[in-house]
Amino acid sequence: MRILSWVYLCLAYAFVLLPVVVLVVFSFQDGRLPVPPFQGFSLQWYEKILSDTGLMTALWHSALVAFVSSAVALVLGFLAAHALARVRLPGSVVLRGVLIAPMTVSYLIIALGLLTLFNQTGIKLSLWTAGIGHVVINLPLCFAMAYAAMGDHQKTAERAARDLGASEAQVLWLISAPMLAPALAAAFFLSVTFSWDEFIIAFLLTRFDVTLPVEIWSMLRSGLSPATNAVGSLVFLVSITAVVMAEVFVFRRAK
Amino acid sequence: MSLASKERTLARGLVAPALLWTLAFFVVPFLAMLALSFAHMEGRKIVQGFDPGNYLRAFTDWSQLKALINSVEITLTVTVISVVLAWPLAAIIAWRVPQRFQRLALLLAVLPFWTSYVVRSYSWLLVLGKNGVINQALMGLGVVAEPLALASSRTATVIGFVHFFVMLLTLTIYANLVQLSPNYARAAQDLGAGRFATFAHVILPLTLPGVITGAFVTFVLCIGDYITPQILGGNTELTLPQLIMLQMGRSGNFPMASALSVILMAVVSLAYAGCSRWLRLDRI
Repeated sequence: MRILSWVYLCLAYAFVLLPVVVLVVFSFQDGRLPVPPFQGFSLQWYEKILSDTGLMTALWHSALVAFVSSAVALVLGFLAAHALARVRLPGSVVLRGVLIAPMTVSYLIIALGLLTLFNQTGIKLSLWTAGIGHVVINLPLCFAMAYAAMGDHQKTAERAARDLGASEAQVLWLISAPMLAPALAAAFFLSVTFSWDEFIIAFLLTRFDVTLPVEIWSMLRSGLSPATNAVGSLVFLVSITAVVMAEVFVFRRAK
Repeated sequence: MSLASKERTLARGLVAPALLWTLAFFVVPFLAMLALSFAHMEGRKIVQGFDPGNYLRAFTDWSQLKALINSVEITLTVTVISVVLAWPLAAIIAWRVPQRFQRLALLLAVLPFWTSYVVRSYSWLLVLGKNGVINQALMGLGVVAEPLALASSRTATVIGFVHFFVMLLTLTIYANLVQLSPNYARAAQDLGAGRFATFAHVILPLTLPGVITGAFVTFVLCIGDYITPQILGGNTELTLPQLIMLQMGRSGNFPMASALSVILMAVVSLAYAGCSRWLRLDRI
């Protein structure tokens, strides 16, 4: 039984890691096709993609949309969570339901709905229409994480601050936000990773200024190429670095 | 104005931005899409109206209905296989791997999460393709003479999906397992249950909420995904999201695409209704 467990574990790791290993190994391929046999080590594909302006612009667009849309989602979600956790409004349950609802709907449907709206109102597609979509998908996440993190001692501290004469803005900025910092950081970080890697909304709601996943998608049309492997490996490297940094700086401190 | 009513006014002001955003960019677009699904096409022009024709066509035109059937079949297959593969993996990490290596073991098991979603499907092409790793290995070993047609098939789509959802489910099931107190198993064994009975009647039912929540998330994400079937499945067998994109892209038939999207949402709602009594979405 014990040996069987370890065999299963190894097989599972082989299955999970196989495509990533193949991806990274053949990004160094000295040849035109990212499939065996491995013809030698070369960095030519990395040189190629790093000097590709279309790709680098898309990378910048992705980072921009990810940070701005996550920041908007975080602020909106935090304010709503702060209000709903503290005051019992008539219809609180319905309000919470409406705010969470986008979480249960496929991205494709959210994108299609927004596309319909933008078409009918004559709003031109751009990077920012995709950004609007990304706020829609990340707002429920930020709201839910901030809401879940608000506890009773939070409310006590806020009440104390208010009794001592703090204005509502001061309470939000000096008491609530710092107390919730770990949860807010986690929500922001998750939102950034979702937005950064999101394809279908960005694909349907941008026109000329595309994001990285959309640019990668158009690279796939020309078939298998080690250049695509190199882009994938770079994205992988950036994300792993971000995860390790978040683990070390944000989550470790939170414990 | 009393303090309580002042507080309520303030709370309304704080909820308003998030609520307006959700209404303007989620609820209104959805209603617009719903209205559009009852419109029809005359040539390349959209004619608004109340015409259930798109829905009729979705269920009577075989090429449209087939996409819905394919989607449901693939999604159910993927969900079942993923749960069956992920459960033992999560259990081994939770029970067999020493405590201080568990975080590392888990991190390693979900490592490919951190590459781009599009690229992950693409890398399965490198593994399953005609000149891919598996075919070259099999031919090198002399197992097969001709390359197997693994890519551009339903099998490839299922493998690509299972790869992603095994990682997701391993996380949710693991989180469930480590919360389980060992006292339950001990109590069962003290009362005379064997190892199998303990597992089947105590441990497994206790992890059911976590499993069902994970399975529901798998179902929702899988049935709505366009990327994996498009890259790995080829164009032989369309899924519902592929058909939606095709209706929009090739023929500009937004009303039909909208109707198919509403049907997709209805399927997800049915799945939700089916397992809502076990769902703990707030615990994800």
